[in-house]
Amino acid sequence: MLLRHTPKEITERSAVTINPAKTCQPVGAMYAALGIHGCLPHSHGSQGCCAYHRSALTRHYKEPVSAATSSFTEGSSVFGGQANLLQAINNIFTVYNPEVIAVHTTCLSETIGDDLSQIFDKARKEGTVPEGKTLIGASTPSYVGSHVTGFSNMVKAMADLAEPTGKKNGKVNVIPGWVEPADMEEIKRLAQLVGADITLFPDTSGVLNGPLSGEFHMFPQGGVTVAELMDCGSAIGTLALGEWCSADAARLLDTKCKVPCRILDMPFGLKATDRFVDALRIVAGTVVPDEINYERGQLVDLISDMHQYFYQKKVALFGDPDQLIAMTEFLVSIDMWPVHLVTGTPGKRFERRIKELTKGLPYEVNVRAKGDMFLLHQWIKNEPVDLLIGNTYGKYIARDEDIPFIRWGFPILDRQGHQYFPTVGYKGGLRFLEKVLNALLDRQDRDATEQKFELVY
Amino acid sequence: MATAKNKLVQWEPTDIKKELLKKYPAKVARKRAKQILINEALENTTPEITANVRTIPGIITMRGCTYAGCKGVIMGPTRDIVNLVHGPIGCSFYAWLTRRNQTDAGVDGENYMTYCFSTDMQDSDIIFGGEKKLAAAIQEVYDLFHPRAITIFATCPVGLIGDDIHTVARNMKEKLGDCNVFAFSCEGYKGVSQSAGHHIANNQVFTHMVGENDEIKPGEYKINLLGEYNIGGDGFEIDRVLRKCGITTISTFSGNSTYDQFASSHTADLSCVMCHRSINYVADMMETKYGIPWIKVNFIGAKSTIKSLRKIAEYFGDQKLIDRVEAVIAEEMPAVDAVQQDVLPRTQGKTAMLFVGGSRAHHYQDLFAEMGMRTLAAGYEFAHRDDYEGRHVIPNLKVDADSRNIEELEVEADPARFKPRKSETELQSLIEQGFRFKDYDGIIPDMDSGSLVIDDLNQYEAEKLVELMKPDIFCAGIKEKFSIQKLGIPMKQLHSYDSGGPYAGFQGAINFYKEIDRLVNSRVWGYLKAPWQENPELSATYVWE
Repeated sequence: MLLRHTPKEITERSAVTINPAKTCQPVGAMYAALGIHGCLPHSHGSQGCCAYHRSALTRHYKEPVSAATSSFTEGSSVFGGQANLLQAINNIFTVYNPEVIAVHTTCLSETIGDDLSQIFDKARKEGTVPEGKTLIGASTPSYVGSHVTGFSNMVKAMADLAEPTGKKNGKVNVIPGWVEPADMEEIKRLAQLVGADITLFPDTSGVLNGPLSGEFHMFPQGGVTVAELMDCGSAIGTLALGEWCSADAARLLDTKCKVPCRILDMPFGLKATDRFVDALRIVAGTVVPDEINYERGQLVDLISDMHQYFYQKKVALFGDPDQLIAMTEFLVSIDMWPVHLVTGTPGKRFERRIKELTKGLPYEVNVRAKGDMFLLHQWIKNEPVDLLIGNTYGKYIARDEDIPFIRWGFPILDRQGHQYFPTVGYKGGLRFLEKVLNALLDRQDRDATEQKFELVY
Repeated sequence: MATAKNKLVQWEPTDIKKELLKKYPAKVARKRAKQILINEALENTTPEITANVRTIPGIITMRGCTYAGCKGVIMGPTRDIVNLVHGPIGCSFYAWLTRRNQTDAGVDGENYMTYCFSTDMQDSDIIFGGEKKLAAAIQEVYDLFHPRAITIFATCPVGLIGDDIHTVARNMKEKLGDCNVFAFSCEGYKGVSQSAGHHIANNQVFTHMVGENDEIKPGEYKINLLGEYNIGGDGFEIDRVLRKCGITTISTFSGNSTYDQFASSHTADLSCVMCHRSINYVADMMETKYGIPWIKVNFIGAKSTIKSLRKIAEYFGDQKLIDRVEAVIAEEMPAVDAVQQDVLPRTQGKTAMLFVGGSRAHHYQDLFAEMGMRTLAAGYEFAHRDDYEGRHVIPNLKVDADSRNIEELEVEADPARFKPRKSETELQSLIEQGFRFKDYDGIIPDMDSGSLVIDDLNQYEAEKLVELMKPDIFCAGIKEKFSIQKLGIPMKQLHSYDSGGPYAGFQGAINFYKEIDRLVNSRVWGYLKAPWQENPELSATYVWE
């Protein structure tokens, strides 16, 4: 047993987190910043933060992740990191020449109290920021929220580039939240089918799922441009996908630039995708084409074909709030039973949403925000499940408890394909259901007696 | 845009150095110039390089932090100690199972390596202090697991807000009674790289565990293996070979280690140092305090493994052991030779670059040499001058603001436990026969004249080097992997070995030969251009026209 010390009996813990279902803000800020075209993320703190975040993102996306750091020393920790950041800005523009540097703070620089906008002003005055280049900053102290909060804070900093113009450009802002590059691509494809002209931000497609061609572009073709971000203030509306990841940026565009917004769930599964497509055609004033009806019908068809294998199967999930909310709805909609859910990200609203979504099912759901995987494992020991869904760290629970396991979320360190195949939208729903079915039936085949082993399902 | 298409073999090393520095602001160029060395044979000395100095802000470095060196590298592979990180959640999360340290806890042994422990500090802890939460967390860990030891790691904000983790540790150790609790002041901002963290970790291991258990362990030819972390199972293979030779490993610092191994390590009769950078000072302290001599070994590469085994046997000087070692070599080598002969026609004459660690950039050159591959450029991420130039420079190393605040332990002979392992005459006679204790000449003397030695290589320089010199393989870490491979050059991780290993010992050499053969000869590198990109012009007409 790999998690051999985890007892079945659950005791209250107030101080120690064991096997977290979250990580810290800066890595989210770094991922979001990679979704800006020509952007070099910069970590204002010790160089270890940057090394860890780059490693985590690289291991997940299997793509180059360039990012710089202020490399704090003991001295900068005492006297502040201004000198380091000023030097970094000069070096970065001289050596790498990005369009944008997106700086996020760390627990270290936040505890010292470094003020990014004041340092940016100084850099501009010193003339180290070339004409036409952009600096943005997000405050992402690691001791508040989680990687999801950090992502949201950087997305908000991106939205803050938008200028109120009073004019409308006919475009719709779509804020996809922390999803895979392939998911972002799929959202753009759906929007194109609907006929909505959208600005997607951040957009890591074309950045973190690039080709191998013998050329290394430190700043690949993908990503939302600064010009597009500035233009977001003239959009006719904003759709924010996910309360935790995307709502703050949407609300900022609303208050700052009077761009009305709707906060939707991430489009995982039939119903959430329906709501996304419906909201998009309403705000863009278009008609949903038959292609989309056809794709939707295919997903309904697959649900009906597979329903017999899903019915009342118990599922445990861990991950991030926006993803788990949408996925819970999806599972309930196909008559599976999400029984245990944990996110490390704080937010009582998460627990309320999950309880609402599972209301009417003949069991009381175990749900915890600011929980950890140690607790989830204990719940599973007390009430076993048929399927576990979460990031790679779930494989240890899955092996010990012998549960079929689907890797979904961040980080996925031991499998590939998640960068290339979406799970959002109707097409993404098809792929996800295929994964669920494979996991369940591979197990059935493995466990079947010779008498009961069958060719046709 | 960079591309590695055009191989410019005619470039002189001095031109390459110039190219690397060209784009930098003057101040950066001046600093980097001292860390980029063109190797040359000097009469009685090795050329001098600048190392273990600050990373330049904004220059994309390969380095990590002090915490990573302490928690990740040294303490990460300790399985029966609960490693509790005091800080915001990220630091503990990123060091959770990501270094591929393998361990063998048996069916029911203690193993906390699969767990991740953190006090998950919140803003209220930063404002009001985190000591109470830390003490409560230690109590909760103890109540749940009753481990033999709990260690505490400071992250950046802990040092800033002034939490006294050492006092908390002392108090909790006293309170719990049967659990050793101690702490590491390994805030990420200390020092200039992981190296400071190794030192902080090793000092505390030495102070709080080594020497605790005087019980004499069974076995002959007892050694400590220092600086071997069992990445990808390296330590398992070394253990297998040593066991086969009849050599007893009392402790490994710290691959596949247990608390008791550290506690008993002072009962060994020889310390063998693998990674000089991360642990040479422990070997020194073991000698001063307990009288255990040390030698440098290297189990990376079949020849180096043979050399190291013979060296250990020579130290003990027992004919039985010497014969046994020769028998093991004779038994192991045919399989190694067979694979080497198989890959050689496909690897001979190819070139490599290695930028990793504090020892591996040196050690792995031996393996490449066995495959007929030449190292064009190499350097370390976090090493010091002695790892480049040899131990003779140690007395002259400059102490600067960053190295000054990393504690050097003052150690003296333990009145009860110090025991010379060999008499003065025995030692002298070994030395006269050419046996070298505490020897490490560094990477530079082993590299070709005209090759490049570069300290703390960064992303920009890596890309330039590959572009200009187009090696057949590049070795570094995960952060560098894909930017290099985008250029069409295979990249091998030598921190975590990608998903491979072991690469140490005899079996490891076989694995490495095969792996490098696979990488440098993979068909995929021939697919980078589509046919219409290679021949864009329509030069023929269709037959039906």
